[in-house]
Amino acid sequence: MSPQKRVKNVKAQNRTSQDSNSFQTTLSAWKVKQGPSNSKNISKHGQNNPVGDYEHADDQAEDALQMAVGYFEKGPIKTSQNKDKTLEKHLKTVENVAWKNGLASEEIDILLNIALSGKFGNAVNTRILKCMIPATVISQDSVVKAVSWLCVDKCSGSTKVLFYRWLVAMFDFIDRKEQINLLYGFFFASLQDDALCPYVCHLLYLLTKKENVKPFRVRKLLDLQAKMGMQPHLQALLSLYKFFAPALISVSLPVRKKIYFKNSENLWKMALLAVKQRNRGPSPEPLKLMLGPANVRPLKRKWNSLSVIPVLNSSSYTKECGKKEMSLSDYLNRSGSFPLEQLKSFPQLLQNIHCLELPSQMGSVLNNSLLLHYINCVRDEPVLLRFYYWLSQTLQEECIWYKVNNYEHGKEFTNFLDTIIRAECFLQEGFYSCEAFLYKSLPLWDGLCCRSQFLQLVSWIPFSSFSEVKPLLFDHLAQLFFTSTIYFKCSVLQSLKELLQNWLLWLSMDIHMKPVTNSPLETTLGGSMNSVSKLIHYVGWLSTTAMRLESNSTFLLHFILDFYEKVCDIYINYDLPLVVLFPPGIFYSALLSLDTSILNQLCFIMHRASGNWKCGLLLDMTFDMGPWYRKNLTAAKKNELVQKTKSEFNFSSKTYQEFNHYLTSMVGCLWTSKPFGKGIYIDPEILEKTGVTEYKNSLNVIHHPSFLSYAVSFLLQESPEERTVNMSSIQGKKWSWYLDYLFSQGLQGLKLFIRSSVHHSSVPRAEGINYNNQY
Amino acid sequence: MDSYDIPESTPSASSRPEDYFVGATPLQKRLESIRKQTSFIPTPPRRKIPQCSQLQEDADPQNVAFLLHKQWTLYSLTPLYKFSYSHLKEYSRLLNAFIVAEKQKGLAVEVGEDFNIKVIFSTLLGMKGTQRDPEAFLVQILSKSQLPSENREGKVLWTGWFCCIFGDSLLETVSEDFTCLPLFLANGAESNTAIIGTWFQKTFDCYFSPLAINAFNLSWMAAMWTACKVDHYVATTEFLWSVPCSPQSLDISYAIHPEDAKALWDSIHKTPGEVTQEEVDLFMDCLYSHFHRHFKIHLSATRLVRVSTSVASAHTDGKIKILCHKYLIGVLAYLTELAVFQIE
Repeated sequence: MSPQKRVKNVKAQNRTSQDSNSFQTTLSAWKVKQGPSNSKNISKHGQNNPVGDYEHADDQAEDALQMAVGYFEKGPIKTSQNKDKTLEKHLKTVENVAWKNGLASEEIDILLNIALSGKFGNAVNTRILKCMIPATVISQDSVVKAVSWLCVDKCSGSTKVLFYRWLVAMFDFIDRKEQINLLYGFFFASLQDDALCPYVCHLLYLLTKKENVKPFRVRKLLDLQAKMGMQPHLQALLSLYKFFAPALISVSLPVRKKIYFKNSENLWKMALLAVKQRNRGPSPEPLKLMLGPANVRPLKRKWNSLSVIPVLNSSSYTKECGKKEMSLSDYLNRSGSFPLEQLKSFPQLLQNIHCLELPSQMGSVLNNSLLLHYINCVRDEPVLLRFYYWLSQTLQEECIWYKVNNYEHGKEFTNFLDTIIRAECFLQEGFYSCEAFLYKSLPLWDGLCCRSQFLQLVSWIPFSSFSEVKPLLFDHLAQLFFTSTIYFKCSVLQSLKELLQNWLLWLSMDIHMKPVTNSPLETTLGGSMNSVSKLIHYVGWLSTTAMRLESNSTFLLHFILDFYEKVCDIYINYDLPLVVLFPPGIFYSALLSLDTSILNQLCFIMHRASGNWKCGLLLDMTFDMGPWYRKNLTAAKKNELVQKTKSEFNFSSKTYQEFNHYLTSMVGCLWTSKPFGKGIYIDPEILEKTGVTEYKNSLNVIHHPSFLSYAVSFLLQESPEERTVNMSSIQGKKWSWYLDYLFSQGLQGLKLFIRSSVHHSSVPRAEGINYNNQY
Repeated sequence: MDSYDIPESTPSASSRPEDYFVGATPLQKRLESIRKQTSFIPTPPRRKIPQCSQLQEDADPQNVAFLLHKQWTLYSLTPLYKFSYSHLKEYSRLLNAFIVAEKQKGLAVEVGEDFNIKVIFSTLLGMKGTQRDPEAFLVQILSKSQLPSENREGKVLWTGWFCCIFGDSLLETVSEDFTCLPLFLANGAESNTAIIGTWFQKTFDCYFSPLAINAFNLSWMAAMWTACKVDHYVATTEFLWSVPCSPQSLDISYAIHPEDAKALWDSIHKTPGEVTQEEVDLFMDCLYSHFHRHFKIHLSATRLVRVSTSVASAHTDGKIKILCHKYLIGVLAYLTELAVFQIE
């Protein structure tokens, strides 16, 4: 009957899933605007988004469901041998989908028809009826069609009973009821069936309108009551009739209220909660930051609320109560306030931002991206304070390791944290409540539970003074860091990198927003940079110790260098006057690493770091930095901000010397083959004792352990038949070819480093190289 | 007026926050205070022994008599937004309607208007530590009798009250839109507490959390209440320890004659009017060693779950019963402190 319809339905579903995709794209598009440097972080969060996974699983389930519905539609195949098996399989499919996500109204339409047409046996009909759970609504037509089956008497009495019970339970989800009300007479006639009577009564109780109350019906009801005695269901209907038409019913009904219909008879309680929650979800289009539909909570656990996050309600109570008081916000609320329910788009928010009716519970903004925008830009203290208190208390209340042996709500807590993190990513800003929560909970954390979420919370700690936060957070984190696996160490470093990035972003935005006029800002900037620098030094200390603990693991080193990649960009990408270098323990581990990619990364960082100097950060340096730098100073002078702040810029000549030392070591090792002279100094006597004769070459781009294999492949490429390779043959022109070969192998960092730090025009032989950083 | 002074403030932080914050918002300031609170010992090392407060003496003892000798379940409560003492009547009506609606959820729709409960909001005069503390208020649910001839005063089904005793630290941090009553005490069916709590949460955007009392704070209570001068003791001083062992946990009850407890305390106590952390520790250690001498059980290895004295008794689950009218404010002051700590 409705394959077309079904196709349409599938399309509709696809559309919704596309919508959720577009949510990701629009969100990331929005975020990309925040700053190009941030794109890595964003794409990562994008991947983490669970929506994609659900979709995939849902697609498969959808196919299976279509097959199952098709099967039922065809009717039982008598000849088939594994009829029972197939039937069972398809029934299971329908049941699973129904209880998990609910069925579309078209599917309900088909299946309801099948259940009541008597094509299958009683048991199958019962099972089908029991899982007629709508995804959102049930179409009125389906119900009318189903009722028409009751007239032809194809189904058993028990199926009829079940159908009525289903109808009562699902009454609220039927999209319209006019047609059903037209069948009032039919339902009323069914009262005669003793088995059906209670359920039909309940249905009529829900359906009755004033115009349905007729004298003949009253008489019939009274007759029934006389016949069957005082039945609660009849009393219910009678009292309703009496309410509508007191003149028609003279019998006295008990005044004292009773429960007429027992809720406990409802077979679909759990399913109903799920449907309600699905239907209640904020309107589809722009309100996208809501919990996914798969997160239906089994049953209420806390005071009355189905979910941890309160439902969005406008502040009707408060308004009603505070009528007489005329505070500013009341005044604004009163004069044509804009109801939250109508808030659907960003332009609407902008137009009505001055007269927005705020939710009665501020926590509900967490599920609403538009209101998140609002609380992000509003400077209204009560709004922020209400949100702050709500989030702090909820986190404290939900946190599972506060309560002994209370891990059953773990999933819920994880979901809640995910929602918070999504909101923080969306706003590109951390919540103070989360920071306060970390202070209290980090000392108690086992390092396992909700690890990913917890570390993400750490990365969203709002910018603050490092020395104040250190004893509260980082010292506790360090204890876990040192005692946990290498993977934990890497995740911590990763989240500290994100923390640094978030702080830098915040600071760089802040500087540009504030006018650079008065002196307090300068001290503030100095203080801020001091805090950032302390964070970096702290990570340096963590990294050095971790390298020792993990015996110089390459894997760990990658994460450490990732962090420093961010560090070397502070000035160039964020316009913030700070240069910090890695500690020697990291530098030499990387320089002497057996892994080419590490060395490549090191080269890249050194190249970026040298960019700081070229940008003229060292204006005031008393060193003679050579003509090259002086030439580039003019460019930097244009940067007024730096001019203003440089006096506060706490940049020591030590960093400069350190950098040159590192650079000398690197060039000495990789390029000029003078490894142990100026950079790494080792007493020649000791070197002699090692017995290695050719130590000078041993760390250059050819002989360095991590490059050796490249050199061999290069030579083999040149002359594939050669049985022995002669490394020293790489010189002169071949040296340049070799370098080109290395660059072509994806060693971009090395390329940039050599291009920027070594004079390329000079003769490409080790002895003849000048490198301009020598002073 | 009253002899209360603010607990010794923690050493002043040497750093200047304004160095780091371009424009410190109130929330940033709040965070500052939380940092200080978290980084040092959570409770001040010394407290006043509860005194009979002047304000309380002004209040009519009859007014608060019904608060005594009842078991209250404790909750902490974040500040109420836009709560107004001039709308208590209105609140009664709204809460009444809300309770009726909640109770009928999932049942057939009621016809007509026939509520058999009555909600009353009223203020508790004099229940405050300082003049700055907001007025405490009471919510009662009475069953309305069906027959008009019967006594109009129905049976009390549920009672709950909100108070703030010496809540200065909290009061300082919020604006006038909020009413700070961090301590909530309820007596009656928990389902009622849930419904009423939900209404408050929805109406005033506040948050209720159960307030448990840990063993550390129970020891403080034991010491402070033992230190109180009571005219005649109405109950023995009793401690209850719980030993987690299977199949059933083992409870150890330790009862002492209140005069003996007082004598022990007096031998420990040095500074008049004050209790220090050392004194609390010493007091408990004396009890432990006495018990160990007799029963060879180290009570310090078990968990203190209940303390009862003639002043009040408290359970770790967050239940309290106040017995002595004289020290009502003193007991509530400490509970307010715990509640404020929980919501900060």
